[in-house]
Amino acid sequence: QTYLFQYTFAVTPAHIKRLYKRFQALDKGNKGYLSPQDFGSVKELATNPIGDRIIGAFFSQGQETVDFHSFVRILAHFRPLDKNRAKRPDSPEPINSRISKLRFAFQLYDQDNDGKISRDELLQVLRTMLEMQVTEEQLESIADRTIQEADLDGDNAISFDEFRKSLEKVNIEHKMSSRFLH
Amino acid sequence: MLFVTPLLLVTAVGVAAADLYGTEASVRPETAVSAAPPATLSASPAASPYPPEEYAEAGIALARSADAHDPVETTDSGDASHHGGGYKIVQWEWSYVQTPYIIAIWILVASVAKILFHFSQRVTTVVPESCLLILLGLVLGGVVLIASKKQLYQLEPGLFFLFLLPTIVGDAGYFMPSRLFFDNLGTILVYAVVGTLWNAFCTGFSLYGMKLAGIIDEKVEGGMMEFLLFGALISAVDPVAVLAVFEEVHVNETLFIIVFGESLLNDAVTVVLYKVFISFVEVGPGNVQTADYFKGVASFLIVNVGGTLVGLIFAVLLAFVTRFTKRVRIIEPLFIFLLVYLAYLTAELFSLSAILSMTFCGIGCNKYVEANISQKSRTTVKYTMKTLASIAETIIFIFLGISAVDKSKWAWDTGLVSCTLIFIFVFRALGVIGQTWVLNWFRLVPLDKLDQVVMSYGGLRGAVAFALVVLLDGHKVKAKDYFVATTIVVIFFTVMFQGLTIKPLVKWLKVPRSTNSKPTINEEIHERAFDHILAAVEDIAGLNGYHHWRDKWEQFDKNYLSKLLMRKSVYHKGELWEVYQKINIRDAISVIDQGGNVLSSARLSLPSMASRTSFSEVTNVTNYLRENGSGVCLDLQVIDTVSGGKVEEETETHHLLTGNLYKPRRRYHAHYSRHFMTVGDKERQDREVFQRNMRSRLESFKSTRHKAKGRHKKERSQKKRKGSDAKEQEVNGKPRRNVSWQDTDPVTAPVDSPEERSEEEADKDEDVGITFVARKHETLKEPLKERPKSDMLEVYQSLAVIPPSPTCAEKHLPWKGGGGTLPVCVSMETTKIIPIDLQQAWNQSISSLESLASPPVQAEPQHPRVRALSRAEAARGGNSGGSDSGGSGPAQDPRFHFPNDEENGQSLQQQESQPLMSSMKPPAPPQVSSTQGMGRRPPTFNRNPCVYLRSLVSASPPGSEPRSRGPTQL
Repeated sequence: QTYLFQYTFAVTPAHIKRLYKRFQALDKGNKGYLSPQDFGSVKELATNPIGDRIIGAFFSQGQETVDFHSFVRILAHFRPLDKNRAKRPDSPEPINSRISKLRFAFQLYDQDNDGKISRDELLQVLRTMLEMQVTEEQLESIADRTIQEADLDGDNAISFDEFRKSLEKVNIEHKMSSRFLH
Repeated sequence: MLFVTPLLLVTAVGVAAADLYGTEASVRPETAVSAAPPATLSASPAASPYPPEEYAEAGIALARSADAHDPVETTDSGDASHHGGGYKIVQWEWSYVQTPYIIAIWILVASVAKILFHFSQRVTTVVPESCLLILLGLVLGGVVLIASKKQLYQLEPGLFFLFLLPTIVGDAGYFMPSRLFFDNLGTILVYAVVGTLWNAFCTGFSLYGMKLAGIIDEKVEGGMMEFLLFGALISAVDPVAVLAVFEEVHVNETLFIIVFGESLLNDAVTVVLYKVFISFVEVGPGNVQTADYFKGVASFLIVNVGGTLVGLIFAVLLAFVTRFTKRVRIIEPLFIFLLVYLAYLTAELFSLSAILSMTFCGIGCNKYVEANISQKSRTTVKYTMKTLASIAETIIFIFLGISAVDKSKWAWDTGLVSCTLIFIFVFRALGVIGQTWVLNWFRLVPLDKLDQVVMSYGGLRGAVAFALVVLLDGHKVKAKDYFVATTIVVIFFTVMFQGLTIKPLVKWLKVPRSTNSKPTINEEIHERAFDHILAAVEDIAGLNGYHHWRDKWEQFDKNYLSKLLMRKSVYHKGELWEVYQKINIRDAISVIDQGGNVLSSARLSLPSMASRTSFSEVTNVTNYLRENGSGVCLDLQVIDTVSGGKVEEETETHHLLTGNLYKPRRRYHAHYSRHFMTVGDKERQDREVFQRNMRSRLESFKSTRHKAKGRHKKERSQKKRKGSDAKEQEVNGKPRRNVSWQDTDPVTAPVDSPEERSEEEADKDEDVGITFVARKHETLKEPLKERPKSDMLEVYQSLAVIPPSPTCAEKHLPWKGGGGTLPVCVSMETTKIIPIDLQQAWNQSISSLESLASPPVQAEPQHPRVRALSRAEAARGGNSGGSDSGGSGPAQDPRFHFPNDEENGQSLQQQESQPLMSSMKPPAPPQVSSTQGMGRRPPTFNRNPCVYLRSLVSASPPGSEPRSRGPTQL
C-alpha cells in the first residue's frame, strides 16, 4: 500500500510510517478509521477558529469516517512543491500543486459546495476568525469589501476563479505548505 | 571654510586617536542637526521648538569640548566670543556656531547632491546612488585635501556607531516586514552566523596562508591573529550597503529579506569575533589559552541573546508607554525614537550587539506601537525615520569617499588587496552555495541557483567594516594602515563595482522581481485563513512545526501581550478591521490625490469647479467600495427614530410644492460665490428636463424590477458625470428609481407619489448643487411651508421633508416612520442614509488618522452625529426639532459640493482637528457641514443597492409599514 501512496501522493515511506502512527494514535479503539470525535481529541483544534472546517474537509460528503488513505490524501495537499521532480506530461495534476492547494482552501470557505463563496459563507469564516473583536457591522463591511474586490462577474459571490485571481500574488507554495511530508 | 579648519582638525585628530569620549562630544551636534530637519518637516508643533535648543546646546557643548582639546586654538578663535572692549553691534560668532554650522553645511551638501543626482533620471537608474555619493565624497575629499593639505574629515567610528548607524538600523528594524522576516528566520540565522563565521575564518586563514607563501608583502606585519581579526571585520555583509543597493534593485522579497536580514544579524558575530580577536592580538597569540576560546563562544552567546533581550525589553517598554500617550500625541514619535535609540545605546553600554538589539526592538514593538499611536504620529515616525536614515546613509557614503582620499591613513599592498578581494568573493560564493544546499533540505520553497548567485553577488561590504578597521589600535595592530587601505578598496569594489553591476545582472538572469503591490483585503483574509489551516493540519498530523508554534504565539499574543501593550480601544478593534480601515484610507487618499491630478485635464473650465467634479467623480468609483462596507454598519444604527406627525404633514406639503415648482437658479449663484460649481448649468437644465420627463415615464416602470448591480451604479455615476444626454440619464434613472420605487411602490399616498418620487430623484441629483442657503433658514422655526415660495429655498424643501425629530433627523428612516410617511422619504432616505454611512467611514478613517480621541468605532457611528446635531440645535435655541434638523440635514448635504482644493484642504483640516463629530462644538456649524458633507456626498450616486436593500430589511422595525418593506424582501 505504501507504494500506492508513494505513487499517488509522492509521499516517502518514512512519512507514511509516521503518519500511520499518528493515525493510530488518533484512532481511539483501533477502528481502522477516524471519526469526527477522534479529531476532537486534538486539543489545539478546539482553539483553532476554523478547526471544525478542517475536520470537515477530511470527511467527504455524507461520510462519517475517514480511512488512512484519505487521511494521507488530504494531508498531502500540504506537501511542499518539489521542483526537482520532473513532471511527466501524462501525470495528473499533483495533489500538492498550487491549484489543488487553493481548491482545498476554497472548499473550506465554500461549505455548500456550490462553487462560490457567498457573502454569508465569507461572513461565517470571518466571524470565526475574528471572534469577538469586531462588531457584526464591521464584519459585514469587511465581507462586502472583500467580495467587491474579488468579484469580477458581479454575482456578489467569489467563484473559484475569482478566488484564484485575488490570490495571484500570494506565494501559495510557501503559505500553504508544511514542513512535514517534506 | 578654511578659517574653520583648525578647529575641525581638533575634532578630527581627537577622534583619530579613537577616543570615544572626545568623539561623542564632537559628534553630538551632528545628530542634533540631523534630527532637526525631519522634525520640522513633519511640522509637529511641539517638535519645532526643540531643535533650536538642541542646536544651541550642542554648539556650546562643542565649543567647550574644543576648548578642552586645544587651548591654543580657543584663544585664537575664542577671542571673538570674549566681548573684549566695548559693545559691538555686529559680532562674528563663528566659533560659537562653527561645528553645527559645518555639520549643517555638510548635510546640505549631501542633500543637494542627492537632488542633483536625481535630476538625471538616466544616471540614477543605471548607477546606484551609493556609488555616486562615494564618488562625490572622493571629489570633495580631494578638494579639501588640496585646499588644506591635510584631510580634515573622515568617517569617525564614534560618529558612525553612535549616530549614523543607529538611524539606519532603527529604520530598518522598525519597518522590517516582520512576517517575512520570521518566516525566513531560520535561513537568515544560518547565513548570518554560519556564513559569517565561515567567511571570517576562511578569509583570515587564507590571507595568513598567502602571507606565509609570500604573496603578501613582508611589510604587512601580522600573525595569524591579525589576519583573523581582519578576516572578521571584512567578512561581514554590511546592512547599509546592502540596503542602499538592494533597494534599487527590487529583487523579490524573500531574497531581499534573506540578504538584508543576514547583514543585520551578522553584526553579533562580527562584533564578537572582532572583540575576541582584538583581545587575542593584545595578549599575543601565544598567551591565548583554551579557556579563552570557550570564553569567546560564551561571549558570542551572551552578545547575541543579550542584545536580542535588551531589544525586546525595550520593545515591550515602548509599546507599553505608547499605550498611555493618548493625551500627549505630539510627543508620541519622540518616545519611539528615544526608546529605540536607547535600546541601541543600552546594548552598546553592555557591549552587546547593538544592531541586534535595535533590530529586535523595532520588530517587536512595531505591531503594538503602530496600533497605539495616531495616524499622524505614524506618518511622523515614518518620515522622520526615513529622512534620518537617508541622511545618515548619504553622509556615510560621502565620508567613505572622503576618507579614502586621506593618504596618511593607509598603505598599499597589492598582494593583500587582490588576495582579499578574491577571497571574500570566492568564500562568499562557496559559503552561500554550501549553506543553501543544506538549507534547501529544510526550506519549503528552496532557493534556486539564481537566488544563490544574487546572494553571493550581493555580499556587499560597507561602512561597518571601515569603522571597525579605523578603530583598530595602530600600535597593537601593526598592519593597520594596510588593512585600512584594503578595507577601503574592498568597500569601493563591492559597493561600486558590484553595486553597479548587480542590477544588470539581476535583469539578465531574470531573477524574479518584487511585485510591489499593496495588499488587498482578500489577501489579508485568506492568508490568515491559510495560517489557521496549516496550524490545524499540523495539529492533526501531530507535528509541532512552524505553524504550530506560530499559532501558539498568536494565541499568547492575543491573550496576554496585546492586552497588556495595546490600548483597549485598539485591542478590541481587531487587526483585520484595522487592515480594512487602512485600505479604506489608502483609497481615500488616492482618491484625493487623483482628484488633484484630474484637475488640469478636467473638462470643466472653472478650476474650482473642475476639482470639485473630478473629485466626486473619482470618489464615486472608489468610494463605491468603501461606502458599501460602512454603509451597512450605519444603516443598522440609524433606525430607531419615529417621525412626528407634524413633520410628516409638512413633508407632504413640501413635496407637493417641490414637485410642482420649477427649480430656481438662485442656488448656482451661491455656488459661484463659494467658488464651487457642482454641475454645469447645462447639465442642470438637462436634469430638470429629465426629471419632468421621468415623472411620466416612471409610471411605466413601476412594475419593472431591475436587479441593480453595483456595477451599474458605478457606471451610472460615471456616466452621469460625463454626459447629460437623455439616454444616459435614463440609465441613471433606472437603478435609482428602482430602489426608491420598489420600496415605495405600494405606497400609501398614491396620488402624488410618482411625481414626488421622480422629484425626489431629481433632488437627489440636485443635491449636488445645493448650498448653504438652507442653513440660514434653518434657524427659522416654521420655514418649511414658506420655503416653497421663496425661490432660493425650493430645493431644500424636499430635503427638509425627512427630518422627523431633531436628533434623529439624519437617522430617520422612512419605513420606520409609520404610515404617514411619504414614499418620497424613502428615496430621500436613500440619499440620506448613505451619506451618513460614508461620513461614518470618513470619521472612522479620520479618527484612525487623527485619533486624538480614538473612538470605539463600532458603537460610535451615530452618536457623535446626533450629539453634534443636537448641540447645533441647542445653539440655535428654541427651534422646533423638525424644521431644525430638516434644515441642518440639507445644509450638510449641499456643503459637500464644494470640495475644491481649498475646501478639501479646509475640511480635511477640520476633520483632523476634530476627529469625532462629537468633538465638534455648536458654534462651528459650517465645519460640521463641511466634514459631514465631505463624507456624505459621493455615495449618492453609487450606493450599492444590495447593501441598501439589506439594510432596509434589517433596519425596518416590526411595526413599520408593511408595504414599504415588501419590496426589499425580494
